Amino acid sequence: MANDNIRNFCIIAHIDHGKSTLADRILEKTYTVAERDMEEQLLDNMDIERERGITIKARAVRLNYKAQDGNEYIFNLIDTPGHVDFNYEVSRSLAACEGAILIVDASQGIEAQTLANTYLAIEHDLEVVPVINKIDLPSADPERVCEEIENVIGIPAMDAPKISAKAGINIEEVLEKIVTDIPAPPVDTQKPLKALIFDSYYDAYKGVIIYVRIKEGMVKTGDTIKLMATGSEFTVVEAGYMDADSHINMGVLSAGEVGYISASIKSIGDTQVGDTVTNAENPCDKALPGYRKVNPMVYSGIYPADGAKYEDLREALEKLQLNDASLSFEPETSIALGFGFRCGFLGLLHMEIIQERLEREYNLDLITTAPSVIFKVTLTNGETLFIDNPTNFPDPGTIAEAQEPMVKAEILSPSDFVGNIMELCQERRGVFKDMKYLDETRVALHYQLPLNEIVYDFFDALKSRTKGYASFDYEMTGYSPSKLVKLDILLNGDIVDALSFIVHADSAYARGRKMVEKLKINIPRQLFEVPIQAAIGGKIIARETVKALRKDVLAKCYGGDITRKKKLLEKQKEGKKRMRQLGTVNVPQEAFMSVLKLDE
Amino acid sequence: MSVGIYIHVPFCAKKCPYCDFYSCGYSRRIAEDYADGIIRDIENFPDKPTADTIYFGGGTPSLIQSELIGKILQSIYKKFPINSPEITLEVNPCTVDKNKLLLYKQMGVNRLSIGAQSTNDDELKLLGRIHDSETTRKTILTAADAGFDNISCDLMLGIPGQTVESLENSIYKLSDLPVRHISSYILKIEKDTPFENEKIIKQMPDDDFVSDMYLHAVKILNNLSFEQYEISNFAQKGYDSRHNLKYWRCNEYVGFGPAAHSFYNGQRYCYPSDLSSFIKYPLEKIITDSSPADENERIMLGLRLSEGIDLKDFPDKKNYILSKAVAFEKAGLMISTADKLRLTPEGFLLSNSIIAEIIA
Repeated sequence: MANDNIRNFCIIAHIDHGKSTLADRILEKTYTVAERDMEEQLLDNMDIERERGITIKARAVRLNYKAQDGNEYIFNLIDTPGHVDFNYEVSRSLAACEGAILIVDASQGIEAQTLANTYLAIEHDLEVVPVINKIDLPSADPERVCEEIENVIGIPAMDAPKISAKAGINIEEVLEKIVTDIPAPPVDTQKPLKALIFDSYYDAYKGVIIYVRIKEGMVKTGDTIKLMATGSEFTVVEAGYMDADSHINMGVLSAGEVGYISASIKSIGDTQVGDTVTNAENPCDKALPGYRKVNPMVYSGIYPADGAKYEDLREALEKLQLNDASLSFEPETSIALGFGFRCGFLGLLHMEIIQERLEREYNLDLITTAPSVIFKVTLTNGETLFIDNPTNFPDPGTIAEAQEPMVKAEILSPSDFVGNIMELCQERRGVFKDMKYLDETRVALHYQLPLNEIVYDFFDALKSRTKGYASFDYEMTGYSPSKLVKLDILLNGDIVDALSFIVHADSAYARGRKMVEKLKINIPRQLFEVPIQAAIGGKIIARETVKALRKDVLAKCYGGDITRKKKLLEKQKEGKKRMRQLGTVNVPQEAFMSVLKLDE
Repeated sequence: MSVGIYIHVPFCAKKCPYCDFYSCGYSRRIAEDYADGIIRDIENFPDKPTADTIYFGGGTPSLIQSELIGKILQSIYKKFPINSPEITLEVNPCTVDKNKLLLYKQMGVNRLSIGAQSTNDDELKLLGRIHDSETTRKTILTAADAGFDNISCDLMLGIPGQTVESLENSIYKLSDLPVRHISSYILKIEKDTPFENEKIIKQMPDDDFVSDMYLHAVKILNNLSFEQYEISNFAQKGYDSRHNLKYWRCNEYVGFGPAAHSFYNGQRYCYPSDLSSFIKYPLEKIITDSSPADENERIMLGLRLSEGIDLKDFPDKKNYILSKAVAFEKAGLMISTADKLRLTPEGFLLSNSIIAEIIA
């Protein structure tokens, strides 16, 4: 088949606008999946994805479509995540495509991630095909949304397909649009092989499988390929494409195609997403530009609740990293929590999802520390440090200047909530930039905000103050000087390193007070009184006391039945096991977790 | 060493809403069948150890026909050599009169444990007891009249609505009567009892208040020369419950009747809590403990007693225990002298936590 019959595209959308549902319908309509095999959100094969209704990992699948012009087309659909945290994954998918279907909800209109994702697509020179979804909802207003797309994004949208992915309305229109509007990939099979790795995962039998987009040339079974970043070489065992649920080995992949290569690659370290694959004997002269390396923005310590599970945690993190290139981790030790890992995440949702996957897929019980951003500290001796762990924050006396990362935040909301949003942003030390009306009832607000202020619970707070209507996206803009202090928490006079955090001096007192109050509730009374203190550089700013326990549940040993008493003792011991012993103080896991959500 | 014999009498006129001990409704017929079952198992018992305590617990032993108590005692006397026995019978006010008490006395019963609980009628009502404080007073006086010198009373702590004053009042009223021994348990809401409901749970006093009440009770009982010899037990000199001491000192006892527990011949076992199968079949042991009377168990039980434990009995654990004891002593929860280790009343309240620490 000629390669001008190939269409490589992805679907982009704000969360919940129906991306995965449209993907499902497209699979059905192209008979890639028989209707009886159809599960909802077929491309989302992680439990978490289905439960949360979001797509975390990009996936690719090949579809065959017979268009109204009578020709057969090959569609390569690359699913992308919608959430702000996963822009990295989005941009990886985009680089493998020529076009993007932009879904916009017919009643909600453009949201923050609609914009963010569209700009990303335009940056990658993709043809953007707008589609208006959920037209079957009573509140749908497709005409208004089309206008909004033209006004706000500036792309023609008047002939955008108006569909309902859920009800299966007008899906063919979308398929036709893919054929007519998205360009075929440039095809040059004569040139040396040049292929982009846009994803990879580890298969227990075949080793590392790489997902590639062939940009130039071709690759076939038996070829020796070279991964240009590392220089390592492998012999191709399989080359083919992805079905909805399996790999089809074709023995060859050529320019314009999207597929997989298996080449007995043992170590994930050899493959870097964004790297270029070429032929070892006949290499291309220059690697593809690859991806802008996305650096983690949020760090947190992850510890096994049971210290003996440290190695299990390491293995789990290594495996997760195989198909989540944006996860970073390195070993760290906490006096309070023992051996664990400092992990870097793209954002809070990413962090939550990794934690959840570790607990669910690897059956681990975790304790996580408060998320921290990377602070930049210049010492009086001129040295500059990047601090991703509050424990390492230098002594205030040695700091010449401290800086914190800032973001440009874009908030889209019905105009009724502007007052609430402004109040929230001010509480979070935001600086107002501008406000634009998208139409009579909707506005876009721009704020400069410290990242540190949004990593905790900004999104939750925003949702609750706008009845769930506001959407939010942000991008890093760099560092700004800030009055930062390290707040320590002391239990029974000893600093608990895992509870330290860095905070702006003006909010230190309030934060410290909340911390000790929250801990007081979550640390059970013990045999001895436990003072809980918050301190900045040795100065106590807040104190609470967990009073000493006065009494246990006492069992009678009536009639010589000592089993009750024994059961109580067992329970006591069991309860102690679930606690972390810090000096003489037993701290339950929940106490560490409780300080992560101070605004509740 | 002589053994104790425990007879569980699983009948109650009315089940108290806080109680989760095994008991059933009473009828003369069933009680007769029950007594036959007890006698059957006593006769079938494979050994004949000397017994020096016998204890009828319940349930309400005083509810059943007194001649059944007599028959059971006869079979015990016939089976086991008896050595200057302490023979206790639990009695609820309202279930005995002078006649019955005289009969008990004749059968050999020499100690009565009376379920007084409180002398405040509102508190008794809340506890669902069928007696009032006047009945308690009369029962005690009648018992003394019938010749009982060793009378014990139960006293409940932590009843919803109970105040320091009403507690003091109960103690003073009971101690004014010919009472030698007081068992003072803290009310606890047991699973699957009628008290396990929101209304009662809401009314329950908090731990701090109950702790204060308990310590206060210890103090005034002491002043009234009821010396504390166990977490919940107080007695005038020479009136400690010899039978109950066997439990805490890991001495042997043999139980008969549904839900009765035994520690005999290196085994802890019990009867199933099922009256009808008890009537039909002889004892089917349920082993309750895989390592009876091991070090941990002896520490756990020994520390219930005011005499505490002798560290010489635990040579391997001694140093560990002493290292832990320092902080407890400092907090006033424990006292150690030479090789002895015992809990203070404050420590008794926290005995689970402390024991869990030192046997870790």
